[in-house]
Amino acid sequence: MDLIIPQINFSAIAPALTVMITAVVVLLIGLFFQKVQRELLAIVGIIGLIVSLGELGRMWGKDITGFGGMVGNDNFTIAFQMIFIIAAFLAALLSLNRIEDEYVSYGEFYGLLLFALSGIIVMVQGLNLLIVFLGLEILSISLYILTGFRKMRADSIEAALKYFLLGAFSTGFLLYGIALIYGTTGSFSFKGISSYVNANGFTNVLFVAGIILFLVGLAFKAAFVPFHQWTPDVYQGAPTPIAAFMSVGAKGAAFAVLIRLFVSVAAFSTREWTIAIWVLALLTMTIGNVVAIVQQNIKRMLAYSSIAHAGYILVGVLAGNEMGRSAVLFYLMAYTFMNLGAFGVVSYLGISHKVENLRIESYRGIGYKYPFAALAMAVFMFSLAGVPPTAGFIGKFYLFSAALKAGFVWLVILSVLNAVISAYYYLRVVVAMYMQEPEEGKVFELPAASWGVGLALLLAVLGVLYMGIFPSSLMQLFQKTAELISML
Amino acid sequence: MVNEWLPVFIFMIIMSVVVFVILAGTAFIGPKRPNPVKLSPYECGVEPVGEPRTRFSIKFYMIAMLFIIFDLEVIFFYPWAVVFKRFLSGSSFILIEMLIFVGILLVGYVYAWKKGALEWQ
Repeated sequence: MDLIIPQINFSAIAPALTVMITAVVVLLIGLFFQKVQRELLAIVGIIGLIVSLGELGRMWGKDITGFGGMVGNDNFTIAFQMIFIIAAFLAALLSLNRIEDEYVSYGEFYGLLLFALSGIIVMVQGLNLLIVFLGLEILSISLYILTGFRKMRADSIEAALKYFLLGAFSTGFLLYGIALIYGTTGSFSFKGISSYVNANGFTNVLFVAGIILFLVGLAFKAAFVPFHQWTPDVYQGAPTPIAAFMSVGAKGAAFAVLIRLFVSVAAFSTREWTIAIWVLALLTMTIGNVVAIVQQNIKRMLAYSSIAHAGYILVGVLAGNEMGRSAVLFYLMAYTFMNLGAFGVVSYLGISHKVENLRIESYRGIGYKYPFAALAMAVFMFSLAGVPPTAGFIGKFYLFSAALKAGFVWLVILSVLNAVISAYYYLRVVVAMYMQEPEEGKVFELPAASWGVGLALLLAVLGVLYMGIFPSSLMQLFQKTAELISML
Repeated sequence: MVNEWLPVFIFMIIMSVVVFVILAGTAFIGPKRPNPVKLSPYECGVEPVGEPRTRFSIKFYMIAMLFIIFDLEVIFFYPWAVVFKRFLSGSSFILIEMLIFVGILLVGYVYAWKKGALEWQ
């Protein structure tokens, strides 16, 4: 018997490898030099991120596959990976905030952040359900630990435990789905599933059950209603930069897999599946927006708002055309800037006089005392609400026009109504900052912002405004990538 | 959809009903005359000496965790060692792969050591 070594092409996973090696290096620096400044660790991590961005740029347009076709990079996945690297970059900068200094061990913090990113990259690259699962596990386990990183605080531990238990449960769903899909189609690859569906359709009950379980697992990670219950508690308890990264990274990775599944299996555009996703999208955005209105804690409000935004993005996925896919990419990019920015301001304003400062009321009058932070927050809130000339407006415009083109008129009408509802709770923050007197007897003193936070907020504001005012060049780029989902 | 698994399904239903009936029957019909001895947990017939739920030192978990990691490493070594010689002719690919694997585990080992997970105080 001859054994054959499979075709391994390490250049196909070069970005993920770079991120992983950087993570190990950061971990070891933090381990051996206990006294090292966390700025240094963050800078090492950021250098790794920039190198892996460069590698992605080198791979652009080349369609590199590896590991016997289990991993592949077309331009679409490369664009996704770049968005997530930018998100990790901003999260690393935000965690340099002075008040986020209760984590004790920063080597682990940045190491795990990079490991989570590498898991996302593996998940997005995967052309095979097992690789997707592997990436998802790397991502989830890193995030479970990061959620509980403020280990002296009860709410952080509670969040980590909730996330771990529910996450492990949903991973079980996903894996069971993969097992059923494999059992019926005999293949783990998207290509194999696609040819199975082309031949047999959705006649086999076990196969349909497998697909549904798989989708439930993904829906948990992307926090679609009714799989969203964990989100507010986890975002509230997690360190703020991590909550921000989670809201973009974990969600976006699930969307990438969802789009790959829908593109490769054309039969998903049949009536039954369309109705199911239609209802899921509407439920997700409506419940997210309506519950966000009554939230008093700003992190919980942002958590519900992130649920609502997942609903908007799902509209673009449902559209199922090239415009929808490029709009999803564009919106995810815009969402990265505005959401990480908003969480960044929350983290900066988080504590004054050792008192937690997360209620929306406590933002009253900040606009005059901390004009730059308040201005940035106002920009992010307008963008999240979808007011021109910000990235949020253009992103929603692209998403909804793609859905209109695909004929989902009622869904678009309901989505726009949802965006109107959301304006209420986003603008409530702006009103509190600029138009209300500070709370009685409350003096608000903050340390000066560190350079990392300042840089991250500046980049996020510039990103939001640039994408809002000059969207066409980026949109054309994304359109080109969406036409070229070549590797199925 | 009647197929060959239908008997299994019927069996499951009957099984559930029987279990429910037996458990409910004992709960309703059986005489209840509790006394302290009956209510105490059974420990091999000997009188219980302490609470069954006590707290264990976290060190046990640490050791167990590390044991599992390095045990798995050894399991991966076995198939590798079996085919090693046949593969080595021509290229050193298999050797380098295993060195990378050991290198990754070594990082984990150094991490655990340096963090003091191997000390027992």
